[in-house]
Amino acid sequence: MSNTITVALTVNGTRRTVTASSDTPLLWVLREDLKLTGTKFGCGVGQCGACTVHLNGEPTQSCLYALKDVAEKQITTIEGLSPDTSHPLQKAWLAEQVPQCGYCQSGQIMRAAGLLKQNPRPTREQIVEYMSPNICRCGTYVRIARAIERAAGEMQS
Amino acid sequence: MKSANTRNASRAPANHNRRRFMVGAAGFTFGVAVGAPALQLLVAGEAAAAIGSIKLNHWVTVFTDGTVAIMSPAAEMGQGSLTSLPVILADEMDADWSKVRIVAAPPNDKIYGNPAFRYLQYTAGSATVTGYFNNLRQFGAQVRYVLLDNAARRWGVPLAEVRSEPGYAVHVETGRRLSYGEIAAFAKVPAQAPEVVVDPVGKAEFRLIGRDLPRVDVAGKVNGTAQYSIDVQVPGMVYGAILREPMEGALPEKIDDSDARAIEGVLQIVPLKYGVGVVAQNPWAAFKGKKALKVIWSRKATGWGFSNDKGYARFAAVAKDQNVKGVAWETKGDTAGGFAKATTVVEGEYRADYAYHAQMEPLNSVAALSADGCEIWCGTQSQTVAVTAVAQALGIAEDKVKFNGMLLGGGFGRRGNRDVEFIVDSVLMAKAAGKPVKVIWTREDDVHNGRFRPLYVNRIRAGIDDKGKIVAWHHRVVSDRVLAFMDPVRYKTANGRDNIAMRGTELPTYDIPHRLAEGLQQDTGIRTAPLRAIGVGQNSFANEVFMDEIAAKLGVDPVRYRLQQLSGTPLAKRARYVIEEVANMADWGRKRQERGLGIAYLDYSGTQLAGVAEVSLSRDGRIRVHDFWCVIDCGVAVQPDNIIAQTQSSIVYGLGLALTERIDIVDGAVKQSNFYDYHVPRMRDIPNMHIKLVQTKNHPTGAGQMATPLVPSAIANALFQLTGVRLRQQPLLPERVLHAMAEAGVSIA
Repeated sequence: MSNTITVALTVNGTRRTVTASSDTPLLWVLREDLKLTGTKFGCGVGQCGACTVHLNGEPTQSCLYALKDVAEKQITTIEGLSPDTSHPLQKAWLAEQVPQCGYCQSGQIMRAAGLLKQNPRPTREQIVEYMSPNICRCGTYVRIARAIERAAGEMQS
Repeated sequence: MKSANTRNASRAPANHNRRRFMVGAAGFTFGVAVGAPALQLLVAGEAAAAIGSIKLNHWVTVFTDGTVAIMSPAAEMGQGSLTSLPVILADEMDADWSKVRIVAAPPNDKIYGNPAFRYLQYTAGSATVTGYFNNLRQFGAQVRYVLLDNAARRWGVPLAEVRSEPGYAVHVETGRRLSYGEIAAFAKVPAQAPEVVVDPVGKAEFRLIGRDLPRVDVAGKVNGTAQYSIDVQVPGMVYGAILREPMEGALPEKIDDSDARAIEGVLQIVPLKYGVGVVAQNPWAAFKGKKALKVIWSRKATGWGFSNDKGYARFAAVAKDQNVKGVAWETKGDTAGGFAKATTVVEGEYRADYAYHAQMEPLNSVAALSADGCEIWCGTQSQTVAVTAVAQALGIAEDKVKFNGMLLGGGFGRRGNRDVEFIVDSVLMAKAAGKPVKVIWTREDDVHNGRFRPLYVNRIRAGIDDKGKIVAWHHRVVSDRVLAFMDPVRYKTANGRDNIAMRGTELPTYDIPHRLAEGLQQDTGIRTAPLRAIGVGQNSFANEVFMDEIAAKLGVDPVRYRLQQLSGTPLAKRARYVIEEVANMADWGRKRQERGLGIAYLDYSGTQLAGVAEVSLSRDGRIRVHDFWCVIDCGVAVQPDNIIAQTQSSIVYGLGLALTERIDIVDGAVKQSNFYDYHVPRMRDIPNMHIKLVQTKNHPTGAGQMATPLVPSAIANALFQLTGVRLRQQPLLPERVLHAMAEAGVSIA
């Protein structure tokens, strides 16, 4: 019996239809079916945050959500954060020269965007606590925190 | 600074032979085609098509619109050398940096190999800037010479009157100027590159070196456009997953693939020598298929039955038995005679567990075969090693392999092994499938098939004279073999010396007249690889904890004791500075409530570093690092802020190795699976980091991993200051802390 289903969802403001096995994680649907490869595979078990996207506005690890659970949902990926790398977080990330290997940074930025949405002026402690689900093996944490503070400042002014 | 911002041309061709700097430098020619499309073609590796019959320079192409394309031979894995190398060349040619475009060099050892690795095109060992530095300066100077010489001829003036400004040749007396692009339109290029004298590094004035220029790879890393091999999609591509043997040499004897075949989307099962592959329509089906395989493995492999405990028992016995001779790594003076003169002999044993790279991008690659060749997309630390391995796997000539080098989602030593098994995977699968295949390792595959920093037992004896000076030092390092496994080709010429396991036992700055470091590497059957900081990560831990133990035994402050042991060489003077400075920064003499301070010093391939950790201990045995101070002197700082970033990165990496990261081998196989049981540092774990970069006018040395070894030793030494208890094994796990404290009869405050 086939597990293949067809699901409609909205990705970066565009309605998309995907046909795949019902248990396929959203991560792989985004990456291989919709060719949005900015969202990264890191662990597959919700431990590293490299696959973080916004699901109905909330930072979510896309490796943990099956296709059958995201029907009619609104998804924003790093490609949809801004059309031209103009989001204050992206600009702050460049100003602080945050990325090293860069592989985790889409997930870091999407999680940070979720933080600033709910808390536009986070303290350093709040940043550290909120960002701790996301691993950066290059250890760019200090610069991530600084970039979030910089972006928060810019969004206030 | 130079007056009028110009550089004169007086650095004429040299008489003496600089041929050793000239590899790949002969016969340079400038492109005549203009503009972006030509550059695009160059980037795509189609230079010939873009510029007709004109033969290119191997490193630099100057376009008539002023664009300067510079080849960068390094793999970019976050360390920044894709940018740093062209900076060095551009500085000496006096290029306008805003006009420079960096192009990834194709695989070619002869032209693009790293002199530090005997011209292997291999990005590792923090040896990229240091290895290429002289060649790139020389080559940049040659380009500048030819440009200025052409301008002088056009103007009919002596070359000595022509100077450069960034991107221009200038005749100062008449004010005439020609841009490099204008010169490219008429330039005649000598068939043989001229030899040009460059200022020695101690006297050179740089325009670009020492400035913080944005790394070229960073922009794409904040908007999802940066391309790693896992992102590659080619027409008609299918996906692969591989169930690999649990240890090297355990072959699949019996395969039950009935459940795997039943999974929707699974296309094909591919028996391989070292495992079983699954080809599927998408990654998820491939992973499910792999999980459904039932395989019985042959019991012939060396690793069966092995465990960390068995390794420690065996290694410790070897370390202790002075009758078992090792391979000398470093010898100085007469060690036996030195010990005879000592009034006190002290001895210490230090251990380290296996450790895993945990680069964020699980290993993967893409391959597409054609009638007579193969195209690969991969992230590798050696472009040429990858090409050779693929050619050998298919039995085809190397020129039939088209290589597409992608960004690496972390390397840390995992992607430079000679057999590049994670690249050969996709090639074999594409051959079996008859279609392009992207093979993706899951995180669990990446851990289970990991190639680790080896298990170590280090045993050091030191002979001390009546003044407290160390006069003899004997370091025996017992570990799994690394070089023989990760690179049999290099090992063949190494005379049994395992540089990956042994590096860091040499002590060039401590004034110890009689020294012997011996390597006793063992074949346990366990897969190993260089891991960030290689042997230095453990050998320096042994050195610096032992040094602390000696100081404590003699009742001397550990900072002062280290300073007393330093020799008077120029290198040791730099060592003295970093130790004194880090002690100042940390306010070393000030006692803290319920906190301990510990110091570590390190010469890492010429880079001088010292670190201080401030720690506290909780009742459950967990160590918390609150602050970490680090001073680093790696000579000329090509990209200073990037060196700071790499040092931050090295400290965080060292923190994980120090406190939480360990791989357990059980019956030859890996016990851990993913980030839930292999714990790497997260944002909440990191200390306040205080880093000082000392810029000295010495030949640049490494920066990409140097601080990592400081962290475990500084923490262990800080724990001693806090509790009086010594930990001699990495990682300093809570249960080990509690055990050591119970043994010493010390309780946590």
